[in-house]
Amino acid sequence: MLIELKNIIKNYVNGDVVTRVLRGINLRIEEGEFVAIMGPSGSGKSTLMHTIGFLDRPTSGAYLFDGENTENFTDDELAKIRNNRIGFVFQSFNLLPRTSVLDNVMLPLLYSGTKISYENRAKKALEAVGLGERMDYMSNQISGGQKQRVAIARALVCDPKVIFADEPTGNLDSKSGATVMNILEKLNKDGRTIILVTHDMQVALHANRIVTIRDGEIISDVLVPEKDRVHSKEVKEDE
Amino acid sequence: MNNLVKELKTTIKDLLARKGRSFLTILGIIIGVAGVIIIISLGSGAQSLVLGQITKLGSNLVGVLPGKSNENGPPTAVFGVQIKTLTLSDINAIKDKGNVPNATDVAAFVSGNVTIIAGKESVDTSFTATDGSYVRVQNTEMTKGTFFSDEEGNSGANVIVLGYDVAQNLFPNGGEIGSVVKIKIPNNNPAAGDVSGSVPFRVIGVQKKLGTVAFQNQDDQVFIPFSVGQRQILGIDYVQFARIKVNDGANVKSTMEDVKRVLREQHRIHDAENDDFFVRDLADAIKLLTSITDTLRVFLGLMAGISLVVGGIGIMNIMLVTVSERTREIGLRKAIGATRKNIRNQFLFEAILLTFTGGVLGILFGILVSYLVALGARFAGYDWAFIISPFAVILAVSVSILTGIVFGLYPALKAARMDPIVALRYE
Repeated sequence: MLIELKNIIKNYVNGDVVTRVLRGINLRIEEGEFVAIMGPSGSGKSTLMHTIGFLDRPTSGAYLFDGENTENFTDDELAKIRNNRIGFVFQSFNLLPRTSVLDNVMLPLLYSGTKISYENRAKKALEAVGLGERMDYMSNQISGGQKQRVAIARALVCDPKVIFADEPTGNLDSKSGATVMNILEKLNKDGRTIILVTHDMQVALHANRIVTIRDGEIISDVLVPEKDRVHSKEVKEDE
Repeated sequence: MNNLVKELKTTIKDLLARKGRSFLTILGIIIGVAGVIIIISLGSGAQSLVLGQITKLGSNLVGVLPGKSNENGPPTAVFGVQIKTLTLSDINAIKDKGNVPNATDVAAFVSGNVTIIAGKESVDTSFTATDGSYVRVQNTEMTKGTFFSDEEGNSGANVIVLGYDVAQNLFPNGGEIGSVVKIKIPNNNPAAGDVSGSVPFRVIGVQKKLGTVAFQNQDDQVFIPFSVGQRQILGIDYVQFARIKVNDGANVKSTMEDVKRVLREQHRIHDAENDDFFVRDLADAIKLLTSITDTLRVFLGLMAGISLVVGGIGIMNIMLVTVSERTREIGLRKAIGATRKNIRNQFLFEAILLTFTGGVLGILFGILVSYLVALGARFAGYDWAFIISPFAVILAVSVSILTGIVFGLYPALKAARMDPIVALRYE
């Protein structure tokens, strides 16, 4: 079992007002799954993803990652997990401006303490997303779809078990979105666990399992029958 | 270590990507450091200039001035007070070999301002009335003719030695030696009623060009025998000061004691507390000057140091702006595995690199300005030494790095403490 959440509760306290964002989440995700988390705005899906992605700690409940209880992990230990066991892809790409594509992809290696050649690994990750020949471009010289692919390469570079994608196609046109989803599918096929947050059913249907959350509680958790799954083909972008 | 180098490289890239702003950010540090370097360099240059001029006179000179002064204070005469307690009979007592055995030469001085006329030309200048021994006491050299002899000095012959510039002005076509010039007697001479309005002098020498020493043009003066200047020109009966040449540097201190003893006998003083004169050697003068210039240098250095602190505050402001501008970047870095320490170091490095660069540029700028000033001073005829003390350079670099640490720490900690989720959502 890769991820196991047991009765996770998250409250935000603002003065006297307590906002209960997650109200007892129980969720198990196996290695190699492709899970879509769906829900309307304010449902708590982002908070759930931040909690699973170690960006935030739950108020109570147990979180077992790869069999380890993470409750007493220090901030530095959590940073280490974020660095090399999970990868993030954000809606707004979050590439460093005025920085080359290659340097952007190398960034997580800088914090990994690894001694392996940064450049080779970054190049491999860029080739995996089909951007091997763009590595010397500045991050602001490439299209939105390419930016998101660079972000995926950055998430991949430390060879994590899980990739979290938070509305990865939210800022993209349908063609670029299809390319990005195609890449995520390929990564899943190679054995990587993908956890996708979206409110778009067409995007969610790429996953093999859809978890729906509302008002901080899971209201449905279904497997997607193979015949209903959407598969994106790689679309040639003509820029 | 490997990662530290990589972080440093990233920081340099970041800063170079924002050249304009980086430069403006460190401008305060550049100016502050340049100020420190310039002040220390000019201070050392001025000090060595003045000390060089003093030691050029010879280290075995003893000065005697009328009036009481405490050990390290300035002479009373500096304040324009005329004290009449030193007389020619005092000087003669000092000249007596039996009293002061190690004094080889004694020169008495009075001085004032006069107008000198030669034909149609006239010059306002200052005169020094002294003994023939002056030439040995001060190591004076002539370009034409000779200085007056001991006999001419003692007998009060009407002979005159011109400073270089005075000779140039009075005799633009040469022919000074043997010519007669007239010195107008100043109106404040109490004896003026008894003598005619001017005294004629025969020119016997022109002094070598000396340039400016201690902010006085040494070529704009004339020399006449002591008694002529004292009685005829100034109409006074006291001595303004005297210089004594000692046969050996080792005997300076004992000679000073001899002179003090003689003068106390002359003035019937039993208690040193009541001295109405003071005797000082060059070591004292150098000590006094050094302490004045050192104080000045520390003071000015502190002023420059304050500008460094102001520059540091400027760095802190810009770093705070940078941190809030880059909130999303900080969030992202944390999301992909940066620890608090990583983020803190990143911004601290950035601040230190900025101030260090500012320090280096400031040092280069300061050295350039100091060098130009030295060139200018030499051009103006001063024997100015271009001195950059390694101490000042090391101090400037360490202070600028320290400024980076002190003023970069708060913004860096602020960045390190950011909550990654809040930072990622920041617009």
